[in-house]
Amino acid sequence: MSVQPLRTEHADTPLREKSDLVDPERWLDEYGDVLFSFAMVRVRERSTAQDLVQETFLAALKARGSFAGRSTERAWLFGILRNKLADYYRLQSREVPLEDPEKVPEEEGFFHASGPGKDGWISRIAPKPWAAPDASLVSKEFQAAFQECVSALPEKVAQVFLRREVDEIASEEICKEFGISPNNFWVMLHRARMGLRRCLEVNWFGPKRDAK
Amino acid sequence: MLNCRQVTRLVSQSMDAKLRWYQWLGMRIHLLYCVWCRRYVAQVQFLRKAAKELGLEADAAPAHKLSNEAKDRIRTRLQEASRNDPPPSQ
Repeated sequence: MSVQPLRTEHADTPLREKSDLVDPERWLDEYGDVLFSFAMVRVRERSTAQDLVQETFLAALKARGSFAGRSTERAWLFGILRNKLADYYRLQSREVPLEDPEKVPEEEGFFHASGPGKDGWISRIAPKPWAAPDASLVSKEFQAAFQECVSALPEKVAQVFLRREVDEIASEEICKEFGISPNNFWVMLHRARMGLRRCLEVNWFGPKRDAK
Repeated sequence: MLNCRQVTRLVSQSMDAKLRWYQWLGMRIHLLYCVWCRRYVAQVQFLRKAAKELGLEADAAPAHKLSNEAKDRIRTRLQEASRNDPPPSQ
């Protein structure tokens, strides 16, 4: 498969001027993998992610008459996929009730359980200084490390985190989608942040990085 | 006095909701003397920024690819749907 350069005129030109390019099969070639990848990070199951991509294209096909080129075609398709994901989460929350995250101590292992320093950081795994974190943002390897750390989180915790921080959905909306209480919501976010922070520290900002 | 466990929770909470004034104050006071928690604040804020910036960029190099079989299946499905719902004439 040829790799399409991103953000070329295709991706960013409003569709209106390119209506001759409206072509579901071209969507599949151009955006199939990126949409699939986006879905995979969230649902972690190939068949579910494939279904979501298919649903996205089918919905896009239906709605293409009303797509007026207000956004890029790419952003438009991602918007549809996000809605499909919201539907999926809603359905899941009805079928598989979330286990109560209160039962899972979110910061297990990070703090002293007893003694004089009770509930203080265990110094061995306390936050260490990170060298030039912003410079990492442009690195492809960092991107991969970040994704991997997200994948290492419990699935629901990762989903809630991505919904909030990547999709930037309002908290109340996410609670509705996942059928969780506001308290559960922020406990899950907290878990996600604790886990991600530690994972990146070990796998990216830690001493291993110098060895690379 | 708040401890690190409580403060990290409040830090996270403060990123999504407004804290009560006494929670906020307790957190600030703790941060004055706890370098670990100060780093924690900076680092989780960085996580937020990273998530935002990597959001769509992360798709620049798709970590997962549709299999050919899946592509074919979706293509067939789209062709069927296309036939039943011809493109709008403009």
